[in-house]
Amino acid sequence: MPPNILGVVKMELDSLYQEVILDHYKHPQHKGLNSTFDAQVHHVNTSCGDEVTLNINLDGYCITSLSWDGQGCSISQASVSMMSDLLTGKTLEEAAFIVKNFIDLMGSKGTSIGDPLILEDAVAFAGVSKFPGRVKCALLGWMAYKDVAIQAQAKN
Amino acid sequence: MSISVSQIRKDFPIFERTVRGGKSLVYLDSGATSQKPISVIEAESNFYKLHNAAAHRGAHQLAEEATDAYEGARQIVADFLAAPGGADEIIFTKSATESLNLLAYAMGNAPIGNRFALERGDRIVVTEMEHHANLVPWQQLASRTGADLAWFGITDEGRLDLSNIDEIITRNTKIVSLTHQSNVLGTINPLSEIITRAHEVGAIVILDACQSVPHMAVNVETLGIDFLAFSGHKSLGPTGVGILWGRKDLLDELPPFLYGGSMVRSVDMTGATWSAVPQKFEAGVPNMAQAVGLGEALTYLTQLGMDNVSAHEHALTGYLLEKMSFISDLTVVGPTKNLSRGGAISFTLGNIHPHDVGQYLDSQGVAVRTGHHCAWPLAKRMQVPATTRASLYIYNDESDCDVLIEAIQGASKYFGSR
Ligand SMILES: Cc1ncc(COP(=O)(O)O)c(C=O)c1O
Repeated sequence: MPPNILGVVKMELDSLYQEVILDHYKHPQHKGLNSTFDAQVHHVNTSCGDEVTLNINLDGYCITSLSWDGQGCSISQASVSMMSDLLTGKTLEEAAFIVKNFIDLMGSKGTSIGDPLILEDAVAFAGVSKFPGRVKCALLGWMAYKDVAIQAQAKN
Repeated sequence: MSISVSQIRKDFPIFERTVRGGKSLVYLDSGATSQKPISVIEAESNFYKLHNAAAHRGAHQLAEEATDAYEGARQIVADFLAAPGGADEIIFTKSATESLNLLAYAMGNAPIGNRFALERGDRIVVTEMEHHANLVPWQQLASRTGADLAWFGITDEGRLDLSNIDEIITRNTKIVSLTHQSNVLGTINPLSEIITRAHEVGAIVILDACQSVPHMAVNVETLGIDFLAFSGHKSLGPTGVGILWGRKDLLDELPPFLYGGSMVRSVDMTGATWSAVPQKFEAGVPNMAQAVGLGEALTYLTQLGMDNVSAHEHALTGYLLEKMSFISDLTVVGPTKNLSRGGAISFTLGNIHPHDVGQYLDSQGVAVRTGHHCAWPLAKRMQVPATTRASLYIYNDESDCDVLIEAIQGASKYFGSR
């Protein structure tokens, strides 16, 4: 097999498993659930069993903390880690905008590189959108966020 | 005669293509679905090209040809399983899942006095290693009828624990339904003790043979079972066709499940009576082209010889288990001894998630399945959230196993030391 083909395959794989993704997987941020919270959700990817529990703490319309626990593949776990980093300190409105942007990126089938001004490090997931089987892994935490934000607002 | 993999691969057009930027395809996912030989693909498409008409309907030549082709396939299946009552004992469904649901729903329709009628205090027995398709229909039947559901547990090695067989299969047990070969562990279950006990208490035995019929000679009469289900698409056949075999006297007594055209003897505005088996269970225009394709698939397997098929897979399973035993962070989930086990080998690799392992293997052209393999309770029992599964078939050889082993080592490096 010509070496350039091996190189292409390796690059495809590296575009999925960006360094920053594997970093978050190995050193997850905001992992470990807060004992008090305004709302809590538990989401499971039924097809693969990946799961995440997500807690949210609000101060008015500001997200003061997101904390989570879960198990699953590097993509799902790194994604919730990065998301928690990104959304903490944002208002609910800002967060909704960022989440929508991320979901759009995951639907882009590899045609978008993502906007680093909005998504910061989470643009690293752009490569995931080329692998349809992995998009739901990347979205697990973000869908949990949408759910938990609605529940916290309904309560407050 | 033994199997020549290089010869066989020439019959499967899919192996002419490459994957992921020019890699040869190493297909180790036959447990999910098998690839198809050209003869099956052509049988299915020739049915449409040359003979297409509604079987058992229509007063014309094409309808006759379609009926012959469809009924010919039924006879092939009957011969393949050595059905003692012949072709009348073979029911075409759309899948094994439908075959098992047909049984569960039909039994749920049984009126009081019918041998299949269940009531509070009756028992249905399954095992902890069932595919959801042979678990959930029975859970539902139990909850609809008030019967209770019991199951055989599993040893740490992934074998059925039969130590308490008399407490599991009690006097009031009506149904025992279990898998012949686990789609996750590869375990081939010992049937004779279970069948003997089940029949002693008057229960019927249903075999989920999805993972055995494609891989070994299965003779329903010598096994002594009462019903059997398998899927065409795991046996070299097309999707959209499955088989339910049942003993003629039992099928005669079992009420229908789907009602409609072709399954009725007479109808008036207030009621209907049923055709004889198998028509009683085949309402509507059936999946004829797929049934014909399945007939061709079983003919292909018969020409190879099912004993040759199982000998080939047994040798290959031994080879792969041995190679795997040298990978220190690899743990086989299921029997590690090549004894009463088939070629479905599930494993974990350190703490690398199976989804990530599968993705890496895919980048090397190796197709495997990851997850809980539709047997969630089994994954919980074996205390693994998910596994990676390689499953072997007639078109695999030692070189496929070597590529897999190398790719597993690659995955260890990729996720371990970056
Ligand atoms: C043991 C077992 N039972 C049942 C099934 C269901 O077969 P199908 O999906 O073809 O209906 C499968 C397929 O995955 C299986 O492996």
